[in-house]
Amino acid sequence: MKPESAKPDDLLETISLKGLTLAPSQVLGGVRLAPVLRKQVREDLRLTRRPYHEDIAAVQLDSKTAYYSYIPHAFVADWTNDGSPTVAYGTQIQRLRKQKNSDGQVHDLGFATARVMKKMRKREDRNRLRFLPMDVSLEGFLSLHFGGPDVIWEEYSRAAIRDGLSPRCEMSVPGRWIKGLEDALRVFEIHENQVGSLVFVGDALASAFIVPHPDDYRDLHETLLTDDFGELLYFYGLYAQENRLHPEDIDADRVQSLQDLRNEVDRVRSDWSALHTLMSDNLLGCPVHNEMVYHMGPFQLQRFMTELNPKAENHIGEAIVRKNGTLEYLKSYRLSAAQCRRAYLLMQLANHNWSVEACAESLDCTQHELIYRLEKAGFGHLFHPHVRDKVHSMLRNDPW
Amino acid sequence: MTDGTFSTSSPERMRLRERCEREDLVMFINSCFAATRQNEYYTDLYLATVSIEFLHQYVLINYRLLYARTLSAGINHFNQQQIIFNLLQSGAPADLAQRTEEGALIAAALRGLPPNRVYALFTRLQQNRINNRRTRAVIKSYLAWRREPEFDAIKYRNKYRSAAAHIHCQLDEELGRFLFDHANQKPFTRPLLNQYRQAQYSAAAIYELPFTVAESLAQKHQVPREVFLQKIEPKMTAAEKMRYQSAAARTKGVEIEFDLSRAGLTKLALYVLSLKQSERQDRAAELQTALESAAEKALRRAPLTLGRVAAVLDRSRSTKGSRERRNRPLGVALAASYLLRKASRDYRAFWTPANTEGEDEFLTRPAGQTALAEPLLDALDWQPDLIVIVSDGYENDPPQLVDQVARVYREAIGKGNTPEIVHMNPVFDADHYSPRRLGATIPTVGLRDAEDIPTMLGFARFTAGTTTLADLETYLAHRVNRMLNTDET
Repeated sequence: MKPESAKPDDLLETISLKGLTLAPSQVLGGVRLAPVLRKQVREDLRLTRRPYHEDIAAVQLDSKTAYYSYIPHAFVADWTNDGSPTVAYGTQIQRLRKQKNSDGQVHDLGFATARVMKKMRKREDRNRLRFLPMDVSLEGFLSLHFGGPDVIWEEYSRAAIRDGLSPRCEMSVPGRWIKGLEDALRVFEIHENQVGSLVFVGDALASAFIVPHPDDYRDLHETLLTDDFGELLYFYGLYAQENRLHPEDIDADRVQSLQDLRNEVDRVRSDWSALHTLMSDNLLGCPVHNEMVYHMGPFQLQRFMTELNPKAENHIGEAIVRKNGTLEYLKSYRLSAAQCRRAYLLMQLANHNWSVEACAESLDCTQHELIYRLEKAGFGHLFHPHVRDKVHSMLRNDPW
Repeated sequence: MTDGTFSTSSPERMRLRERCEREDLVMFINSCFAATRQNEYYTDLYLATVSIEFLHQYVLINYRLLYARTLSAGINHFNQQQIIFNLLQSGAPADLAQRTEEGALIAAALRGLPPNRVYALFTRLQQNRINNRRTRAVIKSYLAWRREPEFDAIKYRNKYRSAAAHIHCQLDEELGRFLFDHANQKPFTRPLLNQYRQAQYSAAAIYELPFTVAESLAQKHQVPREVFLQKIEPKMTAAEKMRYQSAAARTKGVEIEFDLSRAGLTKLALYVLSLKQSERQDRAAELQTALESAAEKALRRAPLTLGRVAAVLDRSRSTKGSRERRNRPLGVALAASYLLRKASRDYRAFWTPANTEGEDEFLTRPAGQTALAEPLLDALDWQPDLIVIVSDGYENDPPQLVDQVARVYREAIGKGNTPEIVHMNPVFDADHYSPRRLGATIPTVGLRDAEDIPTMLGFARFTAGTTTLADLETYLAHRVNRMLNTDET
């Protein structure tokens, strides 16, 4: 994902919660939900959900590429260009019901149903865009170095040279599988001006979800359950314990009057916000690679990926950003360790023109070891069988 | 204890033992005010059942005398039923005085319980095959005490029959025939029994029967709903009329005359909360007067006079309760507000999240987070004598801050004249075997209905941990004395 020719100031360089604050989190079991509050709510961008009931959806990306996934729902963004409030909530629903079938075609295959859609993002009206949340960013992630080697090195198999990495697939876990998430969402007490949540599983940031308007959030709160999560978080959910966590207590020495006590309470509140920011420092304030996806009047739909560091948490995601840099919509996905590894190795290979030799040198290992790592990461099919056999026999004779 | 390294009489050990016993009992009694075997917002039925049954067994085995005496502490019906069941199941104690007292307590408690609960308890005894001498005597004396056995026999037909069969009780001839001889078609001399017999065959005869009995027979005779509701109205009790308000509103051409002033305070608050916002607004004046007069009536029954009182009332999302206990925590908070306003010289309510300015209190609805620290600060700022917090104890914005505020205020600002703070919790937390606490500084008591606030204010000193076991025993003995020697029941 190289930055395109868009003006650099339009794109996010880091994910920052400008105009947003984090309230103290609510914990149930291993799941911690930190509410995101918006101080100033503007009504010129609204998000609604359009549910799909098919088992699988196929989306055509270009004439040669298609994206297949289970897609529970699409988001529909409505906006106005002049900052006036967008159409009232009820009328949107009416519109949607009428055009239910126009959004792609539904096929009943007998054993399953499928929806075939033309585009990942479809402009349905002058000021309305339908997009598939999360899939926007996953599409970007999957197409990463999708073409395979650009230079024909001798190690690569014919299939790799002919088809690249096609088909490239990734597995993820639905939110329903994460232990405790369903209950945590059910008992969560939504704040008055809450527009989003940070989801922590086992106190690791699993996902961030922010929408433009509190009413939208109240409506979309439950969709966190149908979201994708990396399989790592599934295991975190299984083993997580309820963690007690709180910032510094009120200091009795600093309190002389009731006003001091009020100040201390405010201080504890802001400490909570700081604490949550600290807990999500691998997403917030981290440098990100960005890609412009769609212009929507005064807004931009972008996707981002944090720097792929196999030793840290890595997130991919998408965001709608206002011209002045305010974050209006954010959805992120934490890559599991295996996914990071795969992306990292591909990135390294691509940076070295797919030369195994040069790449191994920069990673400070032997070529055999690198090929073995790639094979373990699931890219064995890239290499010629005789190369792999050689690696195996070498490793048998001289294990690490 | 058996290895001889500790002496059972060392003062340290005695002190620990006393404290342990006191805490056990306070926890138990406290739980008995709020616990039910129902789903709550945060915990489910299964967890609640396991938790409360364990607690009962533990106290029954370790503190039998006090376990029985808890019956007099004003605990909720579910737990009274549970205690009576456990006492009957475990057999009578050998000590004569204790046995007599227990027996008297069981009889008094049974008479105070709603009959449907009593008959359910009898059926449960039968199903568990508990048929000792004492059980038989208890059932027999209860059945003999009921004023209209034929009414009970109709309304609780199966349960009455199983109870009577269980104790081999000699029923009078007609009642026996009614319950046990289905095929016999001879008319009865008692009008109610005869009515019931006729109603089996004629749709016109069902309107003299109790509402719940008539309802199933109406279905059998395929009487249209609106006709049935119209005609049965004079037979409905006040509680049934209240319960069927919304059903009547859905049925065309039916209006059930319902006297708001007959309902108890908490029941009325729950009814008000069940109405739509627009309807509440339309009937504002009527509801306001009804709630106020209900509060007054509750205070006449249990007088309470307070000085300057502030209430911190939780209306967060969790107060909407569960499917079984819809709006219960919020209803209790609302009722508490009306009761405290009537009982005190000066009163202010601090809702959290705050209600809209100038809005009537009964328009409140559950939404938002539980932030108790700021309302408590506002309440302290107003300098009352007493602060009552009504909340389910799941403070989350931020967690555990209200306790710190109370503690720091007491240490640094209020010193000697800090107002007394009591937390009343209408919800049982199954994980901790007691209503959830806000922290060590604030005593927490379980709360069944807002009408129990006078009792609970008295009980709060025990949960604060400043009193001794002896005090608690005296308190209970006093309540036992009052229960057995007054004609309240």
